Amino acid sequence: MKFSEQWLREWVNPEISSQELMDQITMAGLEVDGFEPVAGKFQGVVVGEVLSAEPHPDADKLRVCQVSDGNQTVQVVCGAPNVRQGIKVPFAVIGAVLPGDFKIRKAKLRGQPSEGMLCSGSELGLSEDHDGIMELPGDAPVGVAVSDYLKLNDVAIDVDLTPNRSDCLSIKGIAREVGVLNSIVPQVPQIDPVEAVHSEVPDIRIDAPAGCPRYLGRILRNVDLQAETPLWMQEKLRRSGVRSIDAAVDVTNFVMLEQGQPLHAFDRDEISQGIVVRMALPAEKLVLLDGQEVELTEQTLVIADHEKPIAIAGIMGGEHSGVSPKTRDLVLEAAYFDPITLAGKARHYGLHTDASHRFERGVDYELARNAMERATRLLMDIVGGEPGEIVEVVSAEHLPKERTIDLRSQRLADVLGLDIDRTKVEEILIRLGLTIGKLLKNGWRINVPSFRPDISIEEDLIEEVGRIYGYNNLPVTEPTGSLGLKANEEAVRPVSAIHDYFVSHGYQEAITYSFVDPKVQDQIDPEHEGIALANPISSDLSVMRTSLWSGLLKTVAHNQNRQQSRIRLFETGLRFLQDDQRIDQRPMLAGVVVGSQYPENWVNGRRTADFFDVKGELEGLFSLLGIEVGFVGSRHPALHPGQTAELLRDGEHVGWLGTLHPQVQKNLELNGTILMFELSLNSIITGYVPNFKEISKFPEVRRDLAIIISSEVAFADVERVARKHAGERLTALRAFDVYEGESLGEGNRSLALSLFWQHPERTLNEDEVHSLFNGVIDALKEELEATLRS
Amino acid sequence: MENLEQLVQGGLAAVEQADSLQALDQIRVEYLGKKGVITQQAKTLGKLSAEERPAAGQKINEAKGQVEQAINARRSDLERIVIEQKLAGESIDVSLPGRGQDLGGLHPVTRTLQRIEDFFSRAGYTVEQGPEIEDDYHNFEALNIPGHHPARAMHDTFYFNPGTLLRTHTSPVQIRTMEAGKPPFRMICPGRVYRCDSDMTHTPMFHQVEGLLVEKNVSFADLKSTVEEFLRVFFERDLQVRFRPSYFPFTEPSAEVDIEWGREADGSIKWLEIMGCGMVHPKVFGYCGIDAEEYRGFAFGMGVERLAMLRYGVNDLRMFFENDLRFLRQFR
Repeated sequence: MKFSEQWLREWVNPEISSQELMDQITMAGLEVDGFEPVAGKFQGVVVGEVLSAEPHPDADKLRVCQVSDGNQTVQVVCGAPNVRQGIKVPFAVIGAVLPGDFKIRKAKLRGQPSEGMLCSGSELGLSEDHDGIMELPGDAPVGVAVSDYLKLNDVAIDVDLTPNRSDCLSIKGIAREVGVLNSIVPQVPQIDPVEAVHSEVPDIRIDAPAGCPRYLGRILRNVDLQAETPLWMQEKLRRSGVRSIDAAVDVTNFVMLEQGQPLHAFDRDEISQGIVVRMALPAEKLVLLDGQEVELTEQTLVIADHEKPIAIAGIMGGEHSGVSPKTRDLVLEAAYFDPITLAGKARHYGLHTDASHRFERGVDYELARNAMERATRLLMDIVGGEPGEIVEVVSAEHLPKERTIDLRSQRLADVLGLDIDRTKVEEILIRLGLTIGKLLKNGWRINVPSFRPDISIEEDLIEEVGRIYGYNNLPVTEPTGSLGLKANEEAVRPVSAIHDYFVSHGYQEAITYSFVDPKVQDQIDPEHEGIALANPISSDLSVMRTSLWSGLLKTVAHNQNRQQSRIRLFETGLRFLQDDQRIDQRPMLAGVVVGSQYPENWVNGRRTADFFDVKGELEGLFSLLGIEVGFVGSRHPALHPGQTAELLRDGEHVGWLGTLHPQVQKNLELNGTILMFELSLNSIITGYVPNFKEISKFPEVRRDLAIIISSEVAFADVERVARKHAGERLTALRAFDVYEGESLGEGNRSLALSLFWQHPERTLNEDEVHSLFNGVIDALKEELEATLRS
Repeated sequence: MENLEQLVQGGLAAVEQADSLQALDQIRVEYLGKKGVITQQAKTLGKLSAEERPAAGQKINEAKGQVEQAINARRSDLERIVIEQKLAGESIDVSLPGRGQDLGGLHPVTRTLQRIEDFFSRAGYTVEQGPEIEDDYHNFEALNIPGHHPARAMHDTFYFNPGTLLRTHTSPVQIRTMEAGKPPFRMICPGRVYRCDSDMTHTPMFHQVEGLLVEKNVSFADLKSTVEEFLRVFFERDLQVRFRPSYFPFTEPSAEVDIEWGREADGSIKWLEIMGCGMVHPKVFGYCGIDAEEYRGFAFGMGVERLAMLRYGVNDLRMFFENDLRFLRQFR
């Protein structure tokens, strides 16, 4: 809502500066978004009268004028097409300064002396209009400064209203607020009913009373729409950001800005028989005032005649039925349209109008008659005409109900944290236009006026009192209350511990979008279809991620394209899968590693990170979390077929580790060997609470062995067999060497293991260790066809 | 006995000359060993009378002692030289960089979230999580945003189908937590939220933290202290905070919170909108089965990226989701 400060001050004029006024309304909840002067900065411009305008002897388009500034008459050369004898115009005299620090000096134009300049609206920063010089009314006093004459010492204030405050979409509403804040009663213009001079009335029928519970019409005959809107009204409209069109449109806009009631004027001759307010019929069409043709939906409330729709109710009129300079008789409309019926309809047709803005938020449902009387009077002052009676059709049962709300003083004090003085509360309520229907033992029974549709419960009244009293005048107190402290499970590590672990291992955390490019995701996870957004922002952000890898690989590409060769990233967040009727939203932990394992240094150069670097880091994480996770060779469509591990905990899948498949890597235009992992957070987050075991006082025994075994046999199988036969006193088993070479024969490798035994209560004797060790060797030979390396 | 004196002098001179521990040991054997020249002097004692013997014995012992002392002194000198020579060979250039893994870093949004969570955890708030693909009821209806509210229109909300959407705020987590539990509540709900909007100052995904406190006796004044304290702790400054009436469907009364952020040209305070808050709307309590006559609550919500931008001076929102390492590394 944009309005002129001067206009507001005609209603209510507190003795505070413009800045104070704006601060005041901002702090009352009507946030001032900005303000601007209503004209450019100029001086030395007066009302001038063109006494004569003769053709320039040497230039077709220029005229030589004699102009009076009230004291003297000077010659001015002017190129405006509308300059002519007798008009009054803004005249910049010699020495005047126009916006942009443009100084007016004596000049010669094509040989003719020119002392001053006749100004267009745009040259004074008054309008965009630069078709010609600005014409002032014939009664404008010659010689008076234009800034005084037009009262240009004014600012246009733009208030960003919250959607609940439809009551402030008018000068009347804002004046009410300012009045409350300054304890001033606003000056309201007197509105008297206009007496009918003929008995012709429009025929009005409401077929959709839920959408339109109230509709008023009046015929105004024999108007002269050639008549120009007075400058004072044009200026008020301009300063409110509304263009002047013609007298009929200007008056309806003026009343809307002043009172808050949108109005519409039809050309009576274009209305066939009578007016019907109804829902649109299927596939009905209407050409709107802005020239576009729309196909109406059945959910759209329209104003129609007996043949066709003539306006979309509360949004925009039709072109055909609109007024034109030739219009003789008007039908004026003032109505109350139901906000819920109108909600979203303007947007559906790609429209947003001053009327739809107001009706969607809720117009005062008792305002239509007064607004119509106001508009009729103003119209008659400008375009003349003969008014008829107002016809009003109402469906009382569909109008908003009158609201009575009890406000308890204790509740008021409890919610705001302050016991505000009773008389202060009453003053605030009354100045806001609420009425106290009854004093109650514990508070007030409040009647809510029709212009405050937002007030419907006690809390709304509490907000009104708090808002006007001033939120910043309310006390500041610490919340009290007894809240049991919530226990933390010791076995569950916080996700922040996982974050810290990766950070300390050189990983940078990334946060990527939860929606990704389906083409990329199809490379990574072809087996799942991402859940698609109905209205994505773009095709490369159109499906929900089924894996965090899509976003991380995109991040790798972004950074590789910016000369970053060593990239270590991790991310935590949800991944989304459609699982029959359910959507599975699961927190994941994922990472990618590419480039050297360590920052380039002076000792071991730039060894590229490999599978076992990352595996070691994951194993470290699992130790931190206190869980055991197995790595089993497996296949994954995005991963290298020979470098893929499925991660299992107690036999349950928890995630993947592997090298990005070279083909996928090529398709995604990525460089280097890319290691990736992804784990289900909930599967790994719970470990155990430590349980002390007695420390053995007896020595630990170590035995080493080296075997030659087929490379097909996984270390995990060797370990499983060895452990099975090593007995319950085995405390550790480690691989300390892995070797492949020609000497071992094709497809073989050598594995060196060390085994450790210890007994809690005694020293193990040589014989029993020897027999366990041999048992292990025999089992490896028998079960896995290993041979002992000599 | 002049001979003894000569032997001592000879021994001392030899000790002085010894340039290694081995040479020194040879001298020790030569003079003080079982067959050493000074040790051998003891044999001469047999030739002396009983009266002379003690004095002569003492002299021999003194001579031994003298040479022994010199040897010990020389030995520790030589040992020190050996250590010094060894250490001299072990010098390193301490100015060379250390080696090993470097440190990664948290994303600035996570870092900011952790600071926020830390503050509220200490004040007894729990941290609650919830789904990001939400239903219409939890994201809108239960928050008193009815079907015709503009926030539900396609241009703000990402939809999958008419009843399923990406949450536009983390408030649905509050609804779910209230549905599942019993008051009182103190919780914050951090997380990703989504709006169908992308330009210089909007990303289609961003982060919010919303907080909720429900008690039998809580007021707007309590809300003010919570918000003010949080902002002062977050920015580590005693900044001015003001509460401006505003409108949210799920709170009544509602307020926007502005903080002091520099000065205008005329010296007045420049205010910056930082978060929204208010007292929980009774209808929201109604949807969650909480008696609004018995319990009251306050709620607040803030954009994490905005806080991070102000805190760290980041000037482009979009950088948070480009994940450029040159950006991310600045927050380690």
